[in-house]
Amino acid sequence: MTDIRVTEPPARAAPRKLAGPRFRPGESVFRVLLLCCLGVGIIFLGVLLTYVLVEAWPRLDSRLWNNFPSIRRPEAAGAQSAIFGTIWVVSFTALFCLPTGVMAAIYLEEYADPNRWYNRLIELNIQNLAAVPSIIYGILGLGLLARQLSLGTTVLTAALTLSLLVLPVVIIASREAIRAVPQSIRQASLALGATQWQTIRRQVLPAAVPGIATGSILALSRAIGEAAPLLLLGAVTYVAFNPEGLESAYTVLPIQIFGWISQSREEFHHLAAAAIVILLAILLLMNAAAIWLRNRFSKRW
Amino acid sequence: MSSPPRPPSVGPPGRQTLRRTRPRYGERVIQALLLLAALVSVATTAGIVISLIPPTAEFFGRVDVGEFLAGTEWTALFTKPRYGVLPLLGATLLITVIALLVAIPVGLGAAIYLSEYASPRVRKVLKPALEVLAGVPTVVYGFFALSFVTPLLQDHWPFGEGPDFNNALSAGLVMGVMIIPTIASLSEDAMAAVPDALRDGAYALGSGKRIVSVRVVVPAALSGIVAACVLGISRAIGETMIVAIASGNRATLSFNPLDAMQTMTGFIAQAGSGDIPVQSFEYKTIFAVGALLFVITFVMNMISIRLVRKYREVYE
Repeated sequence: MTDIRVTEPPARAAPRKLAGPRFRPGESVFRVLLLCCLGVGIIFLGVLLTYVLVEAWPRLDSRLWNNFPSIRRPEAAGAQSAIFGTIWVVSFTALFCLPTGVMAAIYLEEYADPNRWYNRLIELNIQNLAAVPSIIYGILGLGLLARQLSLGTTVLTAALTLSLLVLPVVIIASREAIRAVPQSIRQASLALGATQWQTIRRQVLPAAVPGIATGSILALSRAIGEAAPLLLLGAVTYVAFNPEGLESAYTVLPIQIFGWISQSREEFHHLAAAAIVILLAILLLMNAAAIWLRNRFSKRW
Repeated sequence: MSSPPRPPSVGPPGRQTLRRTRPRYGERVIQALLLLAALVSVATTAGIVISLIPPTAEFFGRVDVGEFLAGTEWTALFTKPRYGVLPLLGATLLITVIALLVAIPVGLGAAIYLSEYASPRVRKVLKPALEVLAGVPTVVYGFFALSFVTPLLQDHWPFGEGPDFNNALSAGLVMGVMIIPTIASLSEDAMAAVPDALRDGAYALGSGKRIVSVRVVVPAALSGIVAACVLGISRAIGETMIVAIASGNRATLSFNPLDAMQTMTGFIAQAGSGDIPVQSFEYKTIFAVGALLFVITFVMNMISIRLVRKYREVYE
């Protein structure tokens, strides 16, 4: 998602008690209607989670992470290579995109003059990239990284592509966190004779770390769930080995799930559901970590 | 910085106290590095354009632009290929419309509730709950559409023949739910930016909450709401996994949502996940369709960004 909120929105004024004296039946009907709108999404989510869990139940055991995928024998198939592939790809994605994203955010918030055309261009560009379809990034990875730079369809290509994909999210989240640090802290530091970079490194960044971390975790959880670009990048479905390096072939959980969904046999659907449960569990854990971080470390200035 | 102290600079004596005593090269280097990181995003866009143009140009060297844009048959991966993109475009459009029919009313309703009715505490619980929807991987939505929504529609279809095993309807419905948080979240931001003075004025004239919400807050936030919807369209057009799983791989020009059809993204996914030789013409078609997709979503994004700017300028 592009709209990641790192800082809490300001609290709004208490609801007023000045509603008209007349009884208005339209009002309550409207209110119920609005609540239904909200309910649609939440009920849908509940049904989805329940359905996936029920479908996954017969296959939710150790075979899933102990065994490798198998086309012939669904009862012996597992997703170990996909789980390890996901860990490899996402680790390198984090390694590539987090430093770049945070640095870009520091530049845009602390150094860039918003009236300069090139800074405005960078900003506009990031907003646009955040909404570019993910499969276009797959085309970028395929055309430029895999073919032109001849990196092939490896863990490295996948991690680079996903880094570029989530980079706008990291930048936007980090910017919000940096912007939330009050000016008075910067001014105090500068007044004491610190240079601008010293101010940023010793005052602004430490204060912004919780916000940056929250945004980064959410960005990486998006990278974990992303399948479309990797479809183009040779994340093949039946990989019977774990990646051993950046040059290695790989598969990831979403691709493995996609492969199993495309199979016609019933057993593979249970298998897909079981892998989905694992994927959702990982994502839920990451989201919980992000929320915990935000609540634990967020400061009101 | 730990460079050795330098002798004070020689400048006009009166202004010396306020002058920086030594040039800080380290600061400059750091600033350049940071700028470089920011330029990675520009390089990404450039990279997308660069990787799209040569294969697309080659594609149009052999296929007439008119035939591509107006042709009604898409059989790019068959032995007798035809390159009319209308079936892919039509399917994309149809599924987008279905998704928006779900996402816009529901998302807007949720936004009005969160912005105008919910107490701060309720909002604090419900908004993240809604946003979990946006964090669910799209491959999971695809699985749900194919193996839960489609059978449900087939079993309970009230008139005539039910939907196919692969159909545009269930893909569109599920995609609509996926887009709800996008529309709700952005619209709520726009509504929150409407100043309270406008609401107070309407209340002072004796309006109820519903009138205030619908006749005052929504119109005042309209450009933000439209921006949210445009972004929703852009996401629906670009969404891949749901359509690749649930709507089928047959490019048919049909506007019956019960049929199987293939969208632009669906085609790219299908063609790209096979083993197509790099030099082959099929390989170029991926980029041609990708270029069309990129142009469409680029225009949508720019409209959305512009509209968001507009409402920000009014109230801040």
